[in-house]
Amino acid sequence: MTKLLQTAMDAVAVGSLYALIALGYTMVYGVLKFINFAHSDIFVLGAWSSFAMAAALGWTKAGATPPLLGGFAILLASMAFCAAAGIAIERFAYRPLRGAPRLNVLITAIGVSLLLQNVGQLPFVFGTQPQRMPQLLPDRVLASVAGVDLRLVDLIGAGTAVALMLGLEALVFRTKLGRAMRAVSWDVKTAALMGIPVDRVVAFTFGLGSALAAAAGLLYAMKYPGLNQPAHATWVLLGLKAFVAAVVGGIGNIRGAMLGGLLIGAVELFGAAYFSPHLRDLYVFTLLILVLLYRPAGLLGRAAVEKV
Amino acid sequence: MEARPGPSAAVTALRGVLPFLVGAFASLLLHFVVAPASGPFATKLVMDAGINVILAVSLNLVNGFTGQFSIGHAGFMAVGGYTAGLVTYYGSMLLWGSPAAHGGFLGGGELLFLAACLAGAAVAALAGLLVGLPSLRLRGDYLAIVTLGFGEILRVLLQRTGDVLPTAAEVRRTPLPELATHVGGALGFTGIPFYTSPFWVGIFVTVMLVVAYRLKSGSHGRSFLAIREDEVAAEAMGIPTTRVKVTAFVLSALFAGLAGGLFAHLVGTTLNPRELGFQKSFDVVIMVVLGGMGSISGAAIAAVILTLLPELLRSFSEYRMILYAALLVVVMIVRPQGLLGLGEIWDVWRPRRKGTGR
Repeated sequence: MTKLLQTAMDAVAVGSLYALIALGYTMVYGVLKFINFAHSDIFVLGAWSSFAMAAALGWTKAGATPPLLGGFAILLASMAFCAAAGIAIERFAYRPLRGAPRLNVLITAIGVSLLLQNVGQLPFVFGTQPQRMPQLLPDRVLASVAGVDLRLVDLIGAGTAVALMLGLEALVFRTKLGRAMRAVSWDVKTAALMGIPVDRVVAFTFGLGSALAAAAGLLYAMKYPGLNQPAHATWVLLGLKAFVAAVVGGIGNIRGAMLGGLLIGAVELFGAAYFSPHLRDLYVFTLLILVLLYRPAGLLGRAAVEKV
Repeated sequence: MEARPGPSAAVTALRGVLPFLVGAFASLLLHFVVAPASGPFATKLVMDAGINVILAVSLNLVNGFTGQFSIGHAGFMAVGGYTAGLVTYYGSMLLWGSPAAHGGFLGGGELLFLAACLAGAAVAALAGLLVGLPSLRLRGDYLAIVTLGFGEILRVLLQRTGDVLPTAAEVRRTPLPELATHVGGALGFTGIPFYTSPFWVGIFVTVMLVVAYRLKSGSHGRSFLAIREDEVAAEAMGIPTTRVKVTAFVLSALFAGLAGGLFAHLVGTTLNPRELGFQKSFDVVIMVVLGGMGSISGAAIAAVILTLLPELLRSFSEYRMILYAALLVVVMIVRPQGLLGLGEIWDVWRPRRKGTGR
């Protein structure tokens, strides 16, 4: 019972972070119809840039206690930083390729991803040494139910993730800008003809997705404070799993990404807890292959008909 | 009107065998004249370059010719390498009681090695079929993810294998399936005899190049290219697109497995799961993209240059990947078809025919 509760809680905590990253993949796919491979590197950038900011403020030293709202300030700052990075990447790497074959855009995205990973590893950027993320958000045991500790940091993590997702949902479905995003996603040419500034909407989408990924990066580092080097397999795999979440939920579908994230979190953590902890990646990718085989459009996606 | 007589049967047969004769001669020359004269370091570089040529040209069958996008090539290389390593390592133990290299040039050990490479290629092809069948029914970018995922799954599984290798006496008592799970785990499969020589690399590079060239100028290759240009139109012309894509994928995996076999038996490399992760796959992708998507000579030249370049840029090793990545982005923006595109290096001196001059 204890194990079940604990696993369920971890699954929700990790799953909501996958969902946050998956949202960025799915939004970009929605408007531009390509997989932004560099998205997972933005997530890593989110974790590392918040670490760098905390280090600059002296909060990484032993015994240092960051002020109560310091963690949230860093969260916002790293979201803003990564949003700027995302917009810059779109402007300089992807926009020149608008209208190019999908494969070229995909290769460019891989190039950008490799570029970010390797620049991040330079000694004067983040280096190749693993670091320990300081405890930026307040943490204490709120309650103990059946031997399971309900920790404040988990609650804040999942709460922030849910709040961001609700905000996004409202933005996309309730505002004018959101309507423009959905219009661009539906049909770029027609949207442009209707007077929607496509470039600006696309840039905004990138910024938004990157900000969510940055938040996920910081929150993930709060839960698992060991920061690996930027090109470490752990990071790349996390990003990939978030992508799997987007595909499982139905790529291009915002609610699908949230559902997919939670599902992937559940499959991974329950598999790790009840079968073998070493094969967690296996469960996720097996789920991906099963979904692709039986529901290629994803759980909530609608099947696209290719037009000639 | 009288039909012009075609070339006689003997000439046609000779033309078919000629590339192999030239390749075999060049390999022998490389093995017995060039390699001894240039020292072990240069020889190792030449073998590295040859293995990378096989990898790049084979990946080009999928990424260049067929226009699909696989980024799990190192996975197939690992399948081939581990299979071949298993065969020679445990095979030599069973046959000769020790995993050390056995026999001289074309001796018993080398024949076992040849069989091991072919077995590795066959198992890699089978893996290609298993991965390709479900994913190739979907659009190209899903394939990219599935192949990457496959490579990662393989890496996880390989890391979980037994890292204590049984001794010669134990090997005779252990059933075969259990031996297959003892391939060194996360530390790598050490102790595989070093059979890879300039001769074998040369022979396999020849086979790869001839197969790729024949394919490109024949009707099978044309159907690959048709899918690359427009999948819907190709289907409308009666090309069974899924079957052709799977064929390209399996062929590509087969040669990746062969390259893996060579890699496993190479002096100075250890077969370990980390070495064959997605970083290796990306290296091969970079070779293909820079050399030209669909260009055999382009991919081969890029493979050679990108093998030698790190040696020249040793003092800038931190910036090597940054340079490659930036190059990848710039090439895609400035010259999206790669340096040579679909053309070959010899087309540069020849007047271009209309429609092929891309």
